[in-house]
Amino acid sequence: MLADRDDGTVVRHGALVAKAHAPGTDPEEHRARLALAAHRDVDGVFLPPLPLPGSGSDALDGRPVTLWPYGPPVDPEDPDDAPWEEAARLLALLHRTPPPPGGAGRLPDMRAPAKAALAVDRMRRTAPDHPATGTVLDAWRTVPEAPAPYRLLCHGDFHLGQLVRATRPPAGPEAGAPVDAPTAWRLIDIDDLGLGDPAWDLARPAAWFAAGILPPEIWSRFLGAYQEAGGPAVEADPWGRLDVPARALTVQTAALALAKSTVERRPLDEVEEVMIDTCARIAGHRTG
Amino acid sequence: MQCPKCHAAMHTYNRNGVQIEQCSGCRGIFLDYGELEALTRLESQWVQQAPPAPAPPAYPAQAAPAAPAWGAPHQGGHHGGHHGGHYRQRGFGRMLFSS
Repeated sequence: MLADRDDGTVVRHGALVAKAHAPGTDPEEHRARLALAAHRDVDGVFLPPLPLPGSGSDALDGRPVTLWPYGPPVDPEDPDDAPWEEAARLLALLHRTPPPPGGAGRLPDMRAPAKAALAVDRMRRTAPDHPATGTVLDAWRTVPEAPAPYRLLCHGDFHLGQLVRATRPPAGPEAGAPVDAPTAWRLIDIDDLGLGDPAWDLARPAAWFAAGILPPEIWSRFLGAYQEAGGPAVEADPWGRLDVPARALTVQTAALALAKSTVERRPLDEVEEVMIDTCARIAGHRTG
Repeated sequence: MQCPKCHAAMHTYNRNGVQIEQCSGCRGIFLDYGELEALTRLESQWVQQAPPAPAPPAYPAQAAPAAPAWGAPHQGGHHGGHHGGHYRQRGFGRMLFSS
């Protein structure tokens, strides 16, 4: 078992990973997202899904199921070693890829703005009496409701847990290549991908940097690699486009921290406190 | 102690011998009598102790990346020693890898 959360259950068996997507996943939208991940235009960006064996149903108790090759993730103990530049290049490549014709009409909105709103709802439900809830809501009110009108391919939920190394398909005995040798980094998780403003895919690292927890050198490496790769999410002044999504992701992170810490009956950790402090500064700059 | 502005609980912190109360809600800070003076005194000591300006670097220093108006204080400043100080904490490690 790799993960069992509200948004899906992921199990690994040897070289295979199976994901049961969240209950309530829209089957039509799910199929369009899966078709995009399998499309040759994003080969080299997304880890492609494997075909499901047999002709049986692709759903389990009404939840869609997908099958993937296992790929080693980024080492959580060593964020310095994380492939920040490679991640930025993959995002730039995705954002620059024209939505494939035919499927584009069916491809749904990417879900990053919706996820921020859901996190705020969850905080309102589970932590209505937390002393910092009002601060997070004040910051949330500075985020415009309508997202910017871009219609580019976006991942929708980018963070370092969304990268794995693709492995070569098992080679035949005549091939000298080592079996399952890790090759290049790929993006995973199709649940939130779709059309929208690609600045949201940079918003998490942007929010961490603005909060003062991601060192400026790493932010510069990430943003620089994205710009060098021709990523369309930012212009000469990167914060012109990043400001709103980074505020939203700061609110989302703070709201989930309040919701989770309240349910777990624990105090906020120091990093979570920093995100609340950042919400207070966002609320204070609402007219700026 | 309760915050006079939003009535949430205030927590006491000791920073360099100065007691401050910070509100867990609106993040406002309360200073006791004499604490502002203590802070001012500490600041002037710090300024006096500060080393002379360093010689210009042999290579042009890389410009600090731009940050939004609501960004953390000292961002891109010369005293950014605390910046990124949370980077190695477990909490941030978790945050880097989760939705």
